[in-house]
Amino acid sequence: MKFAKKLMALSLAAVMAGSCLTACGDSSKSDEKGSEDTIVIGGSGPLTGGAAQYGVAVKNAAQLAVDEINEAGGVNGVKFKLVFEDDEADGGDKAVNAYNSLKDKGMQVMLGTVTTGSCLAIIDKTKSDNIFQLTPSASAQDVIKNDNTFQVCFTDPNQGKASADYIADNNIAKKIAIIYDSSDAYSSGIYNTFKTEAQEKGLDIVAEQSFTKDSKTDFSAQISAAKSAEAELIFLPIYYQEASLILAQCKSADFAPKFFGCDGLDGILSVDNFDKSLAEGVMLLTPFAADATDDDTQKFVKAYKEKYKDETPNQFAADAYDGVKIIAKLVEKESIKGNMKASEICDKLKKAISDGFSYDGLTGKGMTWSSEGAVSKNPKAVVIKDGNYASL
Amino acid sequence: MAFLDNLINGISLGSIYAVIALGYTLVYGIAKMLNFAHGDVIMVGGYVVFTAMVDWGMNSWLSVGLAIVACTVLGITIEKVAYKPLRKATSLSVLITAIGMSYFLQNMALLIFGEKPKTFTSVINIPKISLFDGKVVIKGETTAAIIVSIVIVVCLSLFVNHTQKGRAMLAVSEDKDAAQLMGINVNSTISLTFAIGSGLAAVAGVLLCSSYPTLSNTTGAMPGIKAFVAAVFGGIGSIPGAMIGGILIGVIEILGRAYISPQLSDAIVFAVLILVLMIKPTGILGKKINEKV
Repeated sequence: MKFAKKLMALSLAAVMAGSCLTACGDSSKSDEKGSEDTIVIGGSGPLTGGAAQYGVAVKNAAQLAVDEINEAGGVNGVKFKLVFEDDEADGGDKAVNAYNSLKDKGMQVMLGTVTTGSCLAIIDKTKSDNIFQLTPSASAQDVIKNDNTFQVCFTDPNQGKASADYIADNNIAKKIAIIYDSSDAYSSGIYNTFKTEAQEKGLDIVAEQSFTKDSKTDFSAQISAAKSAEAELIFLPIYYQEASLILAQCKSADFAPKFFGCDGLDGILSVDNFDKSLAEGVMLLTPFAADATDDDTQKFVKAYKEKYKDETPNQFAADAYDGVKIIAKLVEKESIKGNMKASEICDKLKKAISDGFSYDGLTGKGMTWSSEGAVSKNPKAVVIKDGNYASL
Repeated sequence: MAFLDNLINGISLGSIYAVIALGYTLVYGIAKMLNFAHGDVIMVGGYVVFTAMVDWGMNSWLSVGLAIVACTVLGITIEKVAYKPLRKATSLSVLITAIGMSYFLQNMALLIFGEKPKTFTSVINIPKISLFDGKVVIKGETTAAIIVSIVIVVCLSLFVNHTQKGRAMLAVSEDKDAAQLMGINVNSTISLTFAIGSGLAAVAGVLLCSSYPTLSNTTGAMPGIKAFVAAVFGGIGSIPGAMIGGILIGVIEILGRAYISPQLSDAIVFAVLILVLMIKPTGILGKKINEKV
């Protein structure tokens, strides 16, 4: 027993020493020039922990895109290599460690991070190292405050504006109730921009109801307020779990307005034992729907399923796939070679992306970027029909 | 109209709190301990019904029966394993054990059923009542919750006051040692109390999950605490008090959410607890007793 304990202590010490070597190894390597025909893309996201499915999806889809580009002979003869580190969606040291490891592995361009918290932890580092950073899915506004960081996904508040525009332009409803989570930055961010834009577009907001993370099972008071205000549509800038409860409770209160939500509702159809008929007719803005019928999506979903044991790609996968392809397009446009320094590449790419560059991807057609880093693309709205997404 | 709607929603929520509060009050009244794991027994009841109905395809009434049996067994086991060895310990030790048991149950559920919340299928198929051209709707779940809570209060009162076992409970509640001297088996009486309380928790779990159809490992935690407030409000140890306290807390919570602020509705409920403790610590129907805690 004693021997076993000693052995364990020794091996633990060895592992720790080993991991320290990789984590605190000298960071000057990223300044070294890579080989002439390979560019290293560094990815960072949660591969373990509660948000693991987001990070794994990003890693898988990015690898798929890299393989596709390399099989087609690369761009201008330059091939890509993906290195990926686990940041556990942590907003502190773990994200920084992942970033340092990526630099050790010779990262020249960064695809990441996957989550907002980790991204905020490293944006000032990518800024001072001058590394071009494109995040597939970190959606907070603060993520792009530096000039070297760009987003593939919509910035949170933009979803609110896009939703209000969509409802007003397509004349979906006039009298609108909102139910949002006032304890969540994502939800209240969308709520604020939605409200401003809705008023500008002449929509009539008849009820504004909130809930908090401590009381999110009973929505009877909120639904009662929307019902007595005779709302024609309830806007739900919230996550799918609460939305599924609101749909069920509206039904049992004999209240059948239209429902409209953002990408947080994506996933509602896969809630365990959820009665899909409740979601019939629910509209949502989502950048990606795996069962959309356009050729690009079909091709991507098929390739992803073949490579990853029949797993259906989610919007994070689509964002990452687009992200790699965007980087490849920019590399082609600027004739970047594998032996250029990360900082040199960054200077060229950050100028190129906001300078008349446009990309048609899975998550939007005609994507363009402002020099601030926010993406502009037409939001895709889908309606749930017969238990599936259908385009509106 | 909206006020009436909110009032009905409040009574509906309150009836569920009442059934949970009955479990708290019963155990406190007889065993003189706060069983903080009570809320989590509710959650276990919910999962049993869910598994029986969805995974095993059982009939809804049979599933409810199974849940009551499972929770009763669980309640007796918890009492035997965790609380009985502490019968002579200070009430603080018992309280902390109860909190530990609560976390144990929550994390076991997390381990077995996973972190993804499940959507519960309502087992209640009473038709809804529509009033004023559908402006106010009384859900089947509301009707069921009110009827079930009244039936339970009446049955429990009759049981406690008019049967031999019930009177044994009252005797143990008055004075454990004297009851033992009179030939009452204190241990089996306390076990019976836990069995009834946990069976009620299963019923509360079914009502709760049918009204608000979601199920996760923390489903019972918040309603459990609110029901505890209700039990104190009504007078802990008193059966009709739990009913009155439950309904009042439910109505206060919903009206607070609708007319004051959704952010503050929980705060209002707990402010009520503080006020009751300050003004009338024994609650609405509580007996004046000298407390040793």
